[in-house]
Amino acid sequence: MSEPVLSIRNLVKRFGGLTAVNDVSLDINPGEVVALLGDNGAGKSTLIKCVSGVHLPDEGEIRFEGKPVSFPKPIDARSAGIETIYQDLALANNLDVPANIFLGREVKHRYLGGLINTLNDKLMLAEAEQSLATLDIQFPSLTQPIESLSGGQRQAVAIARAIYWKARLMIMDEPTNNLGVPEQQKVLELIRRLRDQGVPVILITHTMPDVFAVADRIVVMHRGRKVTEKRTGETNASELVQYMVGALDDSREAVA
Amino acid sequence: MTDSKTIPAEPRLSPDKRFILLASRLWAWAFLGLMIAFFIIVVPLSGGATFLTLRNAMNILVAITPVLLLGLGQTFVIISAGIDLSVGWVMSLASVVSAHAIRASFNAGAPLFLAATLGFLAAVGASAGVGLVNGLIIAKLKVPAFIVTLGSSFIVRGMALLFSENTTVIGLPADIRDYGNESLFYVVNGEGGGFYAFFRPDVTGAMLRQMDRIFTWPVVITAIVVIICMFILNRTQFGRHTYAIGGNMQAALRTGIPVDRHIVKLYMLSSVTAGIAGFLSTLRFTAGSAVIGDPLLLSSIAAVIIGGVSLFGGAGSIIGTVIGALIIAVLTTGLVMMNVQAFWQFIVVGAVVIIAVLIDQSRDLILGRRGRGS
Repeated sequence: MSEPVLSIRNLVKRFGGLTAVNDVSLDINPGEVVALLGDNGAGKSTLIKCVSGVHLPDEGEIRFEGKPVSFPKPIDARSAGIETIYQDLALANNLDVPANIFLGREVKHRYLGGLINTLNDKLMLAEAEQSLATLDIQFPSLTQPIESLSGGQRQAVAIARAIYWKARLMIMDEPTNNLGVPEQQKVLELIRRLRDQGVPVILITHTMPDVFAVADRIVVMHRGRKVTEKRTGETNASELVQYMVGALDDSREAVA
Repeated sequence: MTDSKTIPAEPRLSPDKRFILLASRLWAWAFLGLMIAFFIIVVPLSGGATFLTLRNAMNILVAITPVLLLGLGQTFVIISAGIDLSVGWVMSLASVVSAHAIRASFNAGAPLFLAATLGFLAAVGASAGVGLVNGLIIAKLKVPAFIVTLGSSFIVRGMALLFSENTTVIGLPADIRDYGNESLFYVVNGEGGGFYAFFRPDVTGAMLRQMDRIFTWPVVITAIVVIICMFILNRTQFGRHTYAIGGNMQAALRTGIPVDRHIVKLYMLSSVTAGIAGFLSTLRFTAGSAVIGDPLLLSSIAAVIIGGVSLFGGAGSIIGTVIGALIIAVLTTGLVMMNVQAFWQFIVVGAVVIIAVLIDQSRDLILGRRGRGS
C-alpha cells in the first residue's frame, strides 16, 4: 500500500479545561474519500482546523506527504496543497467565475518592467474554462457575477478553484448543506471525480446518505475521541449512529 | 460522461428580467439624456436663455470637477463597503496648504510653474497623510470607517481653519489664475473669430466676451484623473481586489488578499483625489479656502449613489459616478436657468438620490438576488 497523503498521530487540542480533540490518529490514502462523522461538539471541526492551519495542535504530529508539517496560518496549509472548502465557500458573489478562481492570485500583463500591471482576463477565462472542463462542469456563462449561479454551481466553482491550484488534499465541510436534492447528487458526483483524479477528500458531514454514496472509509468521533473507523461496506447507518451517540466505542473496548 | 453528471446550464434570467436588468443599468444615462432634453425645451419657454450652448456645457464641466474628484476616490471606498466622510475637509485642508506652499515658494523666488508644482505636491502630501491615518485606524484597529472618518473630518477641519487662520489665504502670484482658468482650446464667436488651441487668442473688449474656453485646465486634469481611476478599477489587480473586499471580505481574507494594506491604500486614494480637488480650487480662485470643500461632501456621495455604487459594497463604476455628478450639475444649472428658486435644487437632488437607490433595490428584488458574501 502506498504511503498515506495525510497522517495524523496522537493529536490533542485543548481549549482551557476542555479537550476538544483527544489523542486522535488518522491516515488518509491517495484517491480515497474519508467521511468524518460525529455529533455537534464531537471535535471533528476542531480536528480539521488543526489540519487546515486554523488551530495549532497542543500535542501530536501531522505528516503531509511523508513530511512532518506545522501550519501556523490557513494560508500555510493552502500553499502546502491542503484546500479546505467551508460552507461559505469563500467566493465573492459580485465577481465572475474566472475572477473567483484566480482571486488573490490574478494573472497579470506586465508593462514597463512591472511598473504597470493589468489583469490578463483573457488568459484567466481560458484557464477557468479548461479547469471546469476537466471536472466536466458546464455553466451558461462564465463572465456573469456568480450570484446568478445556483448553490451547487457555486460549490463547483469552489472545487474547481481548489483543483486549479493543485490541491493535493481536499477538506469539505458539509458540502451538501443548503442544497436541493438534485444539486446534492451533482456535488457528490464531483467528489467522486476528485477521487478518480487521485485527490483524496475528507468529507465532514451529518448526512448519512452522503456517507454511503461517496465515502470509502468512515471515521466517527465522539467527545473528542475517534470511536471507530470502518470501511463503508462493513457497516450500516444504524451502527454508525450508535457510534455517534456513544453507545458503541471501539477505542474503549481496545483499552478494556 | 453523461449529461446527468454535469451541473446543468440553468436558464436563470427570463427575457423580461433581462430587460429590467438592462434598464436598471442604463437608467442613469437615460435620465441624464431626458433631463437635458427637458431643459432644452423648457428653459426657453420659461423665459431663460438657450440651454444647450457650448458655454453652458463648459460651465457645467467646470462646476462638476470638485464634486467629481471627491466622488472618484469615494467610489473606490464605497465599492469596498467603506465610506469616507472626511474628503470635504481634506479638500479644504489641501486648498489651504497648497496656497501656502505656492505663496511661500513664489515669494522665495521660485518660478511660477515650480511654485504650482510644489503647491500640488503639498496638497497631495497633506491629503495622503490624512488618508494614511484614516486607513491605518480602520484596517488595523478595526474601528468602523464611518466613525474614523467622521472623527478625522473634525480634526482636519480644525487643522484647515488653523492653517488658514480662519480667513482666505491670499497673496498668491496673480498669474497662477491662468492655470486654474485658461484652457486647452478656445472658440471666439462672431466676426474675426475662430478656433485656437493651447494659447489664448489675443482678444479684448467685445471679442473677449465672445470667447469660450473649451476644457479649462482643471477640467483636463480631472478628466485625466477619471481615466486613471477607470483604468485602476477595471483593469488592475487593485481594482479587482477592491470589488472582492466589498463583495465578501472573508473570501478576500481567506484567498490571501492583503486586505489591511489594501484598505489603507483605498483611504489614501480617496484623500488624494480630494486633495487634487483642493489644489485645483486654489488655482481657480487664486486663493486657499478652508470652507470650500465641506459643502461638496454630500453632493459627492449623492453623485456616487446616483451613479449606481452600492453602499453595501461590491458594485459600482467610475463612469456611473461621472454620470451621477453630471446629473446633479445639469439639474442645478437647468433649474437656475429656469429661474426656479435655488433651494428647489436641493429638493430635486434629494429625490433623485432616493429614486436611484429604489431602482437599484427593486432590481435586486426582481432578480431574486441573494445577499452579498454567499
